[in-house]
Amino acid sequence: MSHHIVEVAGLQHVYSDGTAALRGVSFRILHGESVALVGANGAGKSTLLLHLNGYLSPTSGFVRVGDFPLTRETVTEVRRTVGMIFQDPDDQLFMPTVYDDVAFGPLNLGFPPDEVEQRVMKALATVGIEHLQDKPPYRLSGGEKRRAAIASVISMSPAILVMDEPTTGLDPLARRQLITLMREFRHTKIIATHDLDMVFDVCERTIVMHDGAVMADGPTREIFNDDRLLSECRLERPLSMQGCAVCRKRRQEI
Amino acid sequence: MGTIEGTFLDFKDLDRLATGDTAIHGLDPRAKVLVTVVFIVSVVSFGRYELTALLPFFIFPAVIMALGNLPVFYIVKKVAVVIPFALVVGMLNPIFDRQVYVHVGTLDIPGGWISFVSIVVRAVLTAGAALILVGVTGFPAICMALEKMGMPQAFAIQLLFLYRYIFVLTEEGSRVSRARELRSFGNRGKGMQSYGSLLGHLLLRTWQRAERIHMAMLARGFTGAFHARHLYRFGRREVVFLLGWSTLFIFMRLHNASQLLGSLATGILR
Repeated sequence: MSHHIVEVAGLQHVYSDGTAALRGVSFRILHGESVALVGANGAGKSTLLLHLNGYLSPTSGFVRVGDFPLTRETVTEVRRTVGMIFQDPDDQLFMPTVYDDVAFGPLNLGFPPDEVEQRVMKALATVGIEHLQDKPPYRLSGGEKRRAAIASVISMSPAILVMDEPTTGLDPLARRQLITLMREFRHTKIIATHDLDMVFDVCERTIVMHDGAVMADGPTREIFNDDRLLSECRLERPLSMQGCAVCRKRRQEI
Repeated sequence: MGTIEGTFLDFKDLDRLATGDTAIHGLDPRAKVLVTVVFIVSVVSFGRYELTALLPFFIFPAVIMALGNLPVFYIVKKVAVVIPFALVVGMLNPIFDRQVYVHVGTLDIPGGWISFVSIVVRAVLTAGAALILVGVTGFPAICMALEKMGMPQAFAIQLLFLYRYIFVLTEEGSRVSRARELRSFGNRGKGMQSYGSLLGHLLLRTWQRAERIHMAMLARGFTGAFHARHLYRFGRREVVFLLGWSTLFIFMRLHNASQLLGSLATGILR
């Protein structure tokens, strides 16, 4: 399918206090790609994500999602196509129960009740939390909250999933389960994160951002092998690519 | 010691009670809200010297607690929290109102004492009824019931959000205050000044969170209208529940049930 393309061209954003968060960002993401967005704190990742579903509008440049250039008129359609999963699930789960939260999107899209029910149950089953449907969100564990937040987005069947730091605050097992889940999704994925090991597992392509600009864009393996690039952008190789920690230490001792 | 966290845990307990699955829990929230309103209006509308006619009203909290499987001690403890307020309100009555109202044998009881006790009894009844309502219905369901009965949706949503985020806010608040406590030694650092900036920060954080929540809502197609699920039906059980209790309350309001019972008993004995 050709129409699930995310295209960003010459995107600039200056906040009202004069901070230039994005200085001419351009890339194209094709259908089914899984792309990581990495970079130091303040590199502009979050600002970029907020452009992808039209919450911020560009100072100059444009964003195109599928067949639609992102404008005031198309923003509803774009938001339906781009499912946004926020960093803090507490921001995303605001209804009295998990079920209500997952139903929030489909109800707003105006689906009939049967269809809403179907979509909710399917989304809950996909992330494996059917048993939590009647629980209030503040009773869930971190991992469960994350799953509920994902369900609340995939119930709208978006073509593109945008995630902001999906693995922060999860225990190792919950993180591993989430990675497995993400690998199962056939959606186009754009993931902003500092968890480079997760990137290595999930994304075949990586975009490195630094000071509001794209520093590199290419296959994940190549990017993570470029030590100079990584250190210039305040990054380092994922732990899984750094070799055995015990041997390295022993080598240093010798 | 009453800490933020302690209060918060209590609150969670009340919320947990509402997840029960007794017949009372299963009733349409509207029926329960209406019955509670009739109950409170009946209790509050009595004259100031009325005491004996109030006592039969305890049947409502007692029955609902029993049917709804609520822990009696827990509710009593919660009600005890509001008693001091009632005490303050009625405190001066015995001092200013010394006119003798009732003779019990040789004991003369002034009207002030009667009205004082009456205020406390009413406080217990109304606060108890409200707590029990939350305990067998749950706050979100009450909001939805109020909305369906005509409260503007904006208010209902406000209340729902308040309830949802009070848990997040109390957690955040207790973290901040713990951090301050750990770094203040003796009384240093505990003054109004640091308290002011602590509250200010909390407000700003809340503001930012509100913005992020709004973002999340927009991202899922929010356009201003809230679509809630329609889970409950106002059926025959609800009608019976509403009419039954309301009739009883209005009857007990118009006739002094204690006296009736008393004269009935003495009538039989004679």
